[in-house]
Amino acid sequence: MSALQRLFGFHGGVKPAYHKEASTTAPIAVAPTPTRLVIPLHQSIGGPPRPLVKPGERVLKGQRIGSADGNVSSAVHASTSGTVVAVEMCLMPHTSGLSALCVVIEPDGRDEWIALQAFDYRAATPTQTRDYLRDAGVVGLGGAVFPTYLKLNAGKQGKLETLVLNGAECEPFITCDDVLMRERADAILRGAVIMREMLAAGQVLVGIEDNKPEAVAAMEAAARAVNAASGDDAIRVVAVPTRYPAGGAKQLIRVLTGIEVPHGERSTDYGVQCFNVGTAYAIHEAIELGQPLISRIVTVAGNVGHARNYQVLFGTPMKDLIALCAPLPDSDRVIMGGPMMGFLMPADQVPVVKATNCVLVGSKKLFPPPPPEMPCIRCGECAKVCPADLQPFEMYWFSRARIFGKAQEYNLFDCIECGCCAYVCPSRIPLVDYYRFAKSEIWTREVEKEAADEARERYEFRLLREEREKQEKAAKLAAKTAAGREKAAAAVAEAQKPAVTPEEDAKKALIAAALERVKTQKELVHPENTVDLTPEQQAEVAAIEARRAEIREMAKPHLRQDD
Amino acid sequence: MLEALLVMALGAIVLGAALGYAAVRFRVEGDPLVEKIDAILPQTQCGQCGFPGCKPYAQAIAKGEAEINQCPPGGEEGIHKLADLLGREFKPLSAEHGIEKPKSVALINEQTCIGCTLCIQACPVDAIVGAAKQMHTVVASQCTGCELCLPPCPVDCITMEPLAESVETWKWKYPVVRLHPVQKETA
Amino acid sequence: MNNSPYFLQPASVQSVMLRVLLALLPGIAIYVWFFGAAVLVQIALASVTALAAEAAMLKARGKPLLMFLGDGSALVTAWLIALTFPPIAPWWLTVIGVLTAIVIAKHLYGGLGQNPFNPAMVAFALMIVAYPSLMSQWPAVGFTDFLPQWNAIFGTRQLDAITMATPLDALRTALHTADARATVAGVLGNDATFGNIGGKGWEWVAAGYFLGGIYLLQQRIITWHMPAAFLATLFLISGGFALYDPTRFVGPSFHLFTGGAMLGAFFIVTDPVSGCTTPRGKLIFAAGIALLTWVIRTFGAYPDGIAFAVLLMNIAAPLIDMYTQPPVFGHKNKRGGPP
Ligand code: SF4
Ligand code: SF4
Ligand code: SF4
Repeated sequence: MSALQRLFGFHGGVKPAYHKEASTTAPIAVAPTPTRLVIPLHQSIGGPPRPLVKPGERVLKGQRIGSADGNVSSAVHASTSGTVVAVEMCLMPHTSGLSALCVVIEPDGRDEWIALQAFDYRAATPTQTRDYLRDAGVVGLGGAVFPTYLKLNAGKQGKLETLVLNGAECEPFITCDDVLMRERADAILRGAVIMREMLAAGQVLVGIEDNKPEAVAAMEAAARAVNAASGDDAIRVVAVPTRYPAGGAKQLIRVLTGIEVPHGERSTDYGVQCFNVGTAYAIHEAIELGQPLISRIVTVAGNVGHARNYQVLFGTPMKDLIALCAPLPDSDRVIMGGPMMGFLMPADQVPVVKATNCVLVGSKKLFPPPPPEMPCIRCGECAKVCPADLQPFEMYWFSRARIFGKAQEYNLFDCIECGCCAYVCPSRIPLVDYYRFAKSEIWTREVEKEAADEARERYEFRLLREEREKQEKAAKLAAKTAAGREKAAAAVAEAQKPAVTPEEDAKKALIAAALERVKTQKELVHPENTVDLTPEQQAEVAAIEARRAEIREMAKPHLRQDD
Repeated sequence: MLEALLVMALGAIVLGAALGYAAVRFRVEGDPLVEKIDAILPQTQCGQCGFPGCKPYAQAIAKGEAEINQCPPGGEEGIHKLADLLGREFKPLSAEHGIEKPKSVALINEQTCIGCTLCIQACPVDAIVGAAKQMHTVVASQCTGCELCLPPCPVDCITMEPLAESVETWKWKYPVVRLHPVQKETA
Repeated sequence: MNNSPYFLQPASVQSVMLRVLLALLPGIAIYVWFFGAAVLVQIALASVTALAAEAAMLKARGKPLLMFLGDGSALVTAWLIALTFPPIAPWWLTVIGVLTAIVIAKHLYGGLGQNPFNPAMVAFALMIVAYPSLMSQWPAVGFTDFLPQWNAIFGTRQLDAITMATPLDALRTALHTADARATVAGVLGNDATFGNIGGKGWEWVAAGYFLGGIYLLQQRIITWHMPAAFLATLFLISGGFALYDPTRFVGPSFHLFTGGAMLGAFFIVTDPVSGCTTPRGKLIFAAGIALLTWVIRTFGAYPDGIAFAVLLMNIAAPLIDMYTQPPVFGHKNKRGGPP
């Protein structure tokens, strides 16, 4: 089958040491349920889901605990049955070391499912199926965690030429897709068949790097069976050359179809769509078994004695997982993802989430601290390996100098942060760090600018409104007091200095009257909740007032005197 | 000698004419200066600069009536941008106008609020909603953090809450240049 | 702790520079064979001066000494100066040249990676303007006695016995001085057999550099673009003019194998810092140097034109780069323009 497929290349790429053997010798094992599950509500790209449970509530395995909020969002479910002990801020598996809202569940050990029911997608409209998948929490499991239901939309033409299944898995150490394909090829392809129907895709290409012959064989066998059943030879398994980052969605699409999907455009508009094999498996589970996404395969590798793949419930602390693999004593860090694109975890107790394809244990020996950074010598090595055909050193130069506009002109946002450039740079410049920095700066600025623009608009609108109200009031007032004012003006003009114009004087009189009114009002008005107070309350209020007065006194020198 | 001088002079004249022509012909019909300055100002509308809003301050800067270092919310970065735009010298933020604070939003203590509407009137961007004698609430996403609603509140129920960094708003830091051990002695 | 990628290829500026030095060795060996060991003295002299100047400048600029001193870039500059200067140039000429390169052309412009001009070529250009005669005296081929050469460098210069003009220089003087009646054949002799293509000895040195260049290509330190564009352009233009008038214009085999052409093609033009970086930019950049080199060699007043040609193109490099940006992924149907 694979022989028929014409392959295209992609520019650049590198061949780091793969380190994949260690974790593929043993089959997938089910990781034990931990004593506490910390399930972050926000696990996918898009808006954070709203919590649906309260502390003390009992939840069942697969029960929705966070519902999708907004257009781009995806639901979250309890990974096992138990009691919600808290809905609180917990440390996230994120480099920032910041916390976010999590549902903490104490498992009861019964592992009791909700009532499971397969979803008949053939009887449902595509929108219904998409809503179902959104509520089943299915997101891309390749690491980008983009809600899958949003990608299952055939786009303008209503049909698709090619559905690409991504089993390339190019990052060193990571083998979760590899073992999944070896062991559950049928289920993956069942998911693929569903996706193919939803997208009305002509063919399905499964791209697998040629360093995984077992996975290729397993998938080919499964594909033969599916093709025989459907009789149209639509699913083809293609071994692609092993070169990092062949598993990048855009790179794989290019290798298999020759199509380059530009940054920021939808690949469906180019007639292709790409899903990770794990996602296909999750779709099979959600639709044919009725099980929402509550676990995934995670590779535990790196500085451990027994690297292996585990089926892990979301919310399981990485620490527990690592403990299963005999970590070596010199381990000094936990990385989520692979060594090329992975993220450093702030601590090892952070939970496994939907994005966790690999828990990589690091040490100084395995990942030595990078040598000191030298100036860029413009050798062009980075441009040679950049799979996005960028000029990394130019982007680096401008990001470093904080000239973000220029960095953007050199297509900074086309960078997929694959790390190839930093991998080859002879000056050992942490290039990707500079891009991450520049990108987040630019994003923040855009957000700030939008906020400022909105504030400006609202302020201008308010000025307009005030102006209008003033005019209306003035007109009314003028009508009312026209006669009286004339009289007063005449009197003043006679009695006082001619320097004061009648209008001014009238104004003064008005202001004085207003001030008088305000004064009396101030005396009259009591805040609602300060009437009918008990003596104690009154005493308390008095004390508070005294404190406030004190604070106001203290604050005075700092405050600008407006009037 | 004379010839050379003539050639040079001729060259100068031709080039000058070309430049002059280009300046007229290709003049950028850009935003007026006030707009450009206003685009840099943070639109907090707090009045700390001594003007009743960002636009008036922008106008004052454009007319040369105000210094560029009077806007505390804009901070040093804002002053740098203004200095770049106007070709003026950077000055540190003038202390009499305030200090740069972390961005915060107003929070009304809903237990204490008496519904007097005074803060609604004070808010320059209409970010407070509520009706007379009803509890008021700040629409956090629209609040600019100008603090103008604090003084009018008769029961002092409004506090400024600094905006906490979240996973979504977290920014990657500028990469630290990794120093070689030997440099430590000299540094 | 650093961020991803956690794996780095074991590459360093140092290893790049050391391999460049290694690639120069065959050329140097042949050089010594034909022109004597004086060039080794020059290399040593230039290296010591360069390291000292580099160290002083690093110290003055508060940079970590060991890290940068070890990067080898100063040595590459030094060797290139030693190889482009006449081997019997007086010691102070080399020293001044190296100081110019390291202090002015490199560090005053910001040090490693920042210099807009090729430091070695700045030194060569300045020295040839300041000391044109000293810069054109080369040891006669075959006159490899070390002592007189040593004396020429460090002591009394009794030169006539041991020097001669380079073939390039001789040709230029003969062909293009005001009332020249000479022809190419007359100057070079008719026997264009191998051994006298670029002037006796020169073509062998050039072949040595070529060998080193192949090594650099194989090591992927340089790409094919620059050497190919440089040599092809030089070949075409000199060939074209030689066809047009073989008595006045010397042919491509001479141009390619004489003077600094081969050294230039693989070691000087390819300097990454001051050159172009985009593939198309590299082609244009190197072709431009070849063109200017030929013009200066043929009509100019200096014996070899590579230095000036390189410097002129260095100025244009950022602009060329800007206009030759390769299209990025997904934008291939659109032409790369100025970003
Ligand atoms: S690989 Fe490093 S040194 Fe070379 S051009 Fe790129 S950033 Fe500069
Ligand atoms: S990290 Fe970005 S710039 Fe670097 S090689 Fe990858 S895509 Fe290119
Ligand atoms: S001080 Fe306040 S009102 Fe003045 S420009 Fe700055 S944000 Fe606007």
